Amino acid sequence: MKIEIPYPLRPYTGNQSAVNVEAGTVAEAVSGLTSRYPDFQKHLYTPDGKLRSFVNLYLNDEDVRYLPEREGTAVNEQDTLSIIPSIAGGD
Amino acid sequence: MTLRLSVQVYDALRQHGEETYPHECCGVLLGHFLEEAGRAVNAVEEAVRAGNTRTDSAHNRYNIAPQELVKIQRAARERGVEIVGFYHSHPDHPAQWSPTDFAEAHWIGCSYVITAVEEGAARVTNSFRLAGTREEDKAFEDEAIEVTGQLDPGYEPSPMGDAARK
Repeated sequence: MKIEIPYPLRPYTGNQSAVNVEAGTVAEAVSGLTSRYPDFQKHLYTPDGKLRSFVNLYLNDEDVRYLPEREGTAVNEQDTLSIIPSIAGGD
Repeated sequence: MTLRLSVQVYDALRQHGEETYPHECCGVLLGHFLEEAGRAVNAVEEAVRAGNTRTDSAHNRYNIAPQELVKIQRAARERGVEIVGFYHSHPDHPAQWSPTDFAEAHWIGCSYVITAVEEGAARVTNSFRLAGTREEDKAFEDEAIEVTGQLDPGYEPSPMGDAARK
């Protein structure tokens, strides 16, 4: 499956905008990415292993946080996982 | 560091802030990351309006739904452009980043454009580049706004548009 990498995180994937991994679940896909690019890990997860609050994982058009099996959700080759930091603010 | 955008895009994002006043507007800037003679230029081709999901406090907060952002990013990639920045307005508040803006900024390398809208009229527009390498060392840095091109014939800018243009 394809994992789309946003610009801020590309320095940790050799400046690739997308990375293909073989995976059966969302968790395996992310694990495949971070094992290939170890520096990526700390940008996605806190030191205690939780997904950083501002990082959103979207499996196609679905927020992984709200899928019944979350990161255990099954994936196939045609799926796309998007890593998308949040955008918010105000005065 | 420079943010480069056409006068049409510049006026469009300012006009968006006037339309949503007294609420904050927000949107995404699509274009290319360029290096010109050692200078980092975020060259904008298009501004895409986004919905502000902070309906609970839209006068002083904005949030773009991640799902909308995913769709904007996907469509951008299909057209060969990238998300290079974001814009929002500060109704009756200066065009300076706030502690909330900084805390919620995570797109390192991207431009964050803020337009002050006073009593419904766009005033100053500023841009800030989110510099750094990670959350722990990120910082907003002032960046120049380079407005290119000319207005389309017949275009009527907002009353304050020319006065505020850098």
